[in-house]
Amino acid sequence: MSKSALPNAQGVGVRLSFLQSRLHLDGLLLTALLAVAAFGVAVLYSAFGQDWGQTQQQIIRASVGFAALLVCAQIPPRTLQRWSLWIFSLGIALLLLVMAKGIVNQGAQRWIELGPVHFQPSELMKLALPLMVARLLSEHDVPPRPSRVLLALALIAAPTLLIALQPDLGTAVLVAASGLFVLFLAGIGRGWILGGLTALGAGAPLLWFFAMHDYQRERVMTFLNPESDPLGAGYHIIQSQIAIGSGGLFGKGWLNGTQAHLEFIPERHTDFVLAVVAEEFGLVGVAQLLTVYLIIVGRGLYIAGSAQENFPRLVAGALTLTFFTYVLVNAGMVSGLLPVVGLPLPLVSFGGSSLVTIMAAFGMIMAAHTHRRLWP
Amino acid sequence: MSRNAQLREHHRAKGCTQRRLAIAGALCALAAVVLLAQMIRLQVVEHHHYATLSQENRVKVEPIPPTRGLIYDRNGTLLAENQPSYQLVITPERLEGVARTLNRIDGIVELTEAQRRRFRQRLETARHFEEVPLRTHLTQREVAEVAVNRHRFPSLEVQARLVRHYPQGEIAAHALGHVGRINEQDLRRIDAAAYRGTDYIGKSGIELAYEEVLHGEPGFKRVETNALGRVIRTMERQAPRPGDDLILTLDSGLQRVAERALGEQAGALVALQPGSGEILAMVSHPDYNPELFIEGMTTERFAKLAEQGQQPLFNRAVQGVYPPASTIKPFIGLGALEHGVVTPRATVECDGEYHLEGRDRPYRCWRRWGHGEVDYRRAIAESCNVYFYDTAFRMGIDRISGFLEPFGFGAETGLELLGERSGVLPSRAWKRRAIGEGWYHGETVLTGIGLGYFSATPLQLAKATATLANRGRVVQPQLVRTIRDSIDGSESRAAATVPQQRIELDDPRHWEVTVDAMRRAVEDPSGTAHRIAEGLDYTIAAKTGTAQITGLAEHRDDQPEERPRRLRDHALFIGFAPADEPEIAVAVVVEHGGSGGAKAAPIARSVFDAWLRDDRSYLQALEARRRRAEGGREASSG
Repeated sequence: MSKSALPNAQGVGVRLSFLQSRLHLDGLLLTALLAVAAFGVAVLYSAFGQDWGQTQQQIIRASVGFAALLVCAQIPPRTLQRWSLWIFSLGIALLLLVMAKGIVNQGAQRWIELGPVHFQPSELMKLALPLMVARLLSEHDVPPRPSRVLLALALIAAPTLLIALQPDLGTAVLVAASGLFVLFLAGIGRGWILGGLTALGAGAPLLWFFAMHDYQRERVMTFLNPESDPLGAGYHIIQSQIAIGSGGLFGKGWLNGTQAHLEFIPERHTDFVLAVVAEEFGLVGVAQLLTVYLIIVGRGLYIAGSAQENFPRLVAGALTLTFFTYVLVNAGMVSGLLPVVGLPLPLVSFGGSSLVTIMAAFGMIMAAHTHRRLWP
Repeated sequence: MSRNAQLREHHRAKGCTQRRLAIAGALCALAAVVLLAQMIRLQVVEHHHYATLSQENRVKVEPIPPTRGLIYDRNGTLLAENQPSYQLVITPERLEGVARTLNRIDGIVELTEAQRRRFRQRLETARHFEEVPLRTHLTQREVAEVAVNRHRFPSLEVQARLVRHYPQGEIAAHALGHVGRINEQDLRRIDAAAYRGTDYIGKSGIELAYEEVLHGEPGFKRVETNALGRVIRTMERQAPRPGDDLILTLDSGLQRVAERALGEQAGALVALQPGSGEILAMVSHPDYNPELFIEGMTTERFAKLAEQGQQPLFNRAVQGVYPPASTIKPFIGLGALEHGVVTPRATVECDGEYHLEGRDRPYRCWRRWGHGEVDYRRAIAESCNVYFYDTAFRMGIDRISGFLEPFGFGAETGLELLGERSGVLPSRAWKRRAIGEGWYHGETVLTGIGLGYFSATPLQLAKATATLANRGRVVQPQLVRTIRDSIDGSESRAAATVPQQRIELDDPRHWEVTVDAMRRAVEDPSGTAHRIAEGLDYTIAAKTGTAQITGLAEHRDDQPEERPRRLRDHALFIGFAPADEPEIAVAVVVEHGGSGGAKAAPIARSVFDAWLRDDRSYLQALEARRRRAEGGREASSG
C-alpha cells in the first residue's frame, strides 16, 4: 500500500510495520506494557496468597484494558481533537452527577453504577482534561498567549476542585498535573512556571490549615515522623520499609515474602504492591521494573516529540508524563519518600478503573504515532 | 500566511515542545535515580537492619471479641443470652480435594447445597492456614460423630463460639429485636476496630437501639507466630470488656398473657405503668422468631415470612398508625369542659344524624336511631358521635389541636426504639404544611370522633391514656429500666430523665368527671365496654373505638362479619385500672377486628386481670370463646 512508506517531516522515509499501519499499535510500547502487566499478575498471585480466583479477576481487567487500548489506538488524533470538548463536558457533567448523588446519600461517593461496573468519572477526567487543554492550546500560537493560559488554568481548576471535594485529593492532584503538563509542554514562559511554583509554596500552608481533612494532615505528619505512631497511621510506612529493606539485593523469592504473607504489609495488593515486589524480587527486581517503566516513558516522549501536529504532540507528552507521575508518587510513597496519598502503581496494582484508563491513554499515544500524516 | 511562514511557525512550535519534552525526560530520569537511590539505601545499605526487623516481625496483635450483654425482663427472666454453638471448620492447607472431602463429610454431618456453595465462596478468599466455617449449629450428636471420625479428616475441626439465643422465643420479639451478621451497611456506621472478631450486631429493637451498651469493648492479645503465620504462643493478653446487661421494664408473664389474648389477630397492644411510664407489655402481631435472623436470613425463609402477609417484621405498636376513632372522645371532651364549650350537665339531642348549617351531608351516629338526650357522661359511656360532632364544631380545630398536643398526639413519644412514627394531630398548620390547603369545617367535625386526618400509634394512645390516668402528669414511656455494669455489677437508670410535664386544668374536677364517664363505659349496662364488666372486682376507666374503613353509609346494613376482612373496621380500646389509683394503662388495636367493645376490650380485660389479680381465667374464657367461634365458622363453611 502506498501509505506504508511515508516521509516524515525531515523527508526521510519511514516504513510502518503491519502492526503500525493496520492495527495502529506500537510494538515496543505494547511489549513493555504487556510485560509490566504480566509481571503484575505474577506479583498479585503472590500478594493474594496464591488465590487464583482474585488473580483471574486481574487478568480479566487487564484484558479489558487491552481492549480499551486497541479501540483508542484506532481513533485518529484529529477525530479525538474534535471530540475533546464533548468528552470534557461529559466528564464534568458526570462529576456533578456524582456530587449530587453524594449530597442525596449524605456521604462521599466517587462512582456511578453502570450495571455491574462501578465507573469513576474522575478516571475519565484524567484523559478528558489533557485532551481539552491540548485542544485549546494547539489551535493557536505556541507558546500560548497569557489569556489562553488563564483560560487553560480555569479549565484545569474546575474538575480538580470537583474531585478534591469528593474528597479524593490524590486523584485531584493527578488530574491537575495532567492538565499542567500540557501547559508546560506547550512552552509557557519561565515566568509562569516560577510564578506557579511560588504560588504553590505560598499556598501550601493555606491548604494545610483550611482545605485538608484531619486524616490527610495526619498522613503528612506520619510521613514526617512514622515512629510517632507505630501501630496507627505510621504502621503502613514502617511495615512497608521493613518489607522493602528485608528483600535485599535479590529478594526472598516469588511467593516467599514473609512480610506480605503474614499480612504485615497493608494494602499489599493495591497501593503497596511495590513493597511485595521489593520483598520478593529484591533490588534487582525493582530496578528491572523501573527500567521497563523508563522505557515506556522514553518511548512515549519520543512519540510525542516526533508527532507532526501540535495536538497529538501535547496529548502524547502529557499522558506519558502523567503515567510516570503515578509511578513516581506511588514508589515514593511506598519507599517513604512521599506521604501516603493512595495512588496505585500503574499496571501492577489490583483494581480495574485505573488500569483501563492507563491502557486507553497508551492507545491514544500509539494513535498519535501511527496515524501520522504527510505534512502539510 | 505564506506556506513558508506556516512551515516556519510549525517548526518553531515543534522545537519548543521538543525542548520541553527533553527537559521532562531528563527530570523523569533524575526522579528514577532518586528512587533507585532510596531503594539501594533500604535494600543494600540498611538491609541488615530491616532483615532483623522482619525476622522479629512475628508478633501480631489479635482481637478478642467481647461477649454481648444479656437482656432480662423486670423480674430477672432471661430474654436474650449467648449460647455456645458448635461449628465445623476446615483448614484449607490440610484439605485434600474439596469435592471428595465434602462428600465424605456428608456421610457424617448433613450438608445442604447452599452450605456447600457458601463454603466454596469463603474458601476462595481465605488464607490457607485459617479455618473456614463449613456448618454451624452442630447438634451434640453431630459433634460426637465428628470426634469419632476425626482421624479420617485431618482438615476438620469443631469450634465452639457464642451465639445469640432468645430463650423465650417469639415473646416480645419486636421490642427486643434481634442480632444478625454484620453486613456492609453496618460497616459503614460502626467503628470497624471495635468489631474485629465480632460476627453479630444488633439489627432491630432494643438490640439495635442499645448496641453500644450491649456490645462491650474488644480485648487484644499479642501472639507470636511462626514463619507461616500460625500462632505459637500468646505473649500478652488484655481481656475484653463484656457488654453491659439490660434490665427491661417488660414483664414477660404479662407479655405472654397479652400475646395470647390478642391471639392470631393482627394488631398491637401497649401496657404501661402510668406512674413511671415503664412499658409492661408491648405486643405486635403477627410476630416472628428472632432466631431466624441470627444465621442470616435465607431467601426462602424471608419469602416464607413475607408470604404470611401482614408484615410480621413491622412493629405495629410504635410504627403502626391508626385512626384513634372514638378513643379520642375523652380527650376532646376534657378540652371542651376546660374551654367551657360543654358542661357536665348540658345535653345534646342525638337523632342519629348531624348536619352542618346549610349543608345536606349527614354525619351519622353509629346508632342509627340516635341516643336521644345525652349529657357529657353518657356521650362518652355510650360513645355518641352526634354529641362530639357538635362539641368539636363548637370548640373549633385550633382549640382541639392546642389542647390535645401536650398529651403527645402528633409527636414521637421519644421511646428508645428506632423508627417510631409520629402519627398526625390534625391542625390548620399541619394541613397547610402537609397538604397545602386550608381547613374545612367538615374536617373539624370528623376530628371530633378521631377520624379524618387523625392518626396515632398504639404507643401514643397508651401514653395519652396514662396521662389521663395520672390526672395530667405526662410520662415518658420507656422500655429499659436499668443498665447493669458488666465489671462492677452496679446498676444505673437507662433513660435520661426528661423534665416532668403536667397538664394543668383550670378546674381539676374535670379530670374526675371524665374518668367517671369512662368508668360508666364499663359499668353502665348501655356502656360500650360493658361486655367486660362481668365479675369485675376492681374499677376500669375505658373508652372503646371502632375505626371505619369504609364510610358509614356503605355497608351500613350489612353484618360486619359478612364484609371482606380488609373492609372490616379496626377495633380499638384504651383504659386504665383501678380507676382511682391506676396501676396499669392499656391501649389495644385489632386490625379489621370489628367493634372495639366486642373485640379489643376483652383483650385489655385479660391484661388487667393478669396484672392486678394475677388471674388468667378471663384469658382462658376468651381463648375458649375464640376457638368455639372459629370451630363454628369452619363448620358452617364446611
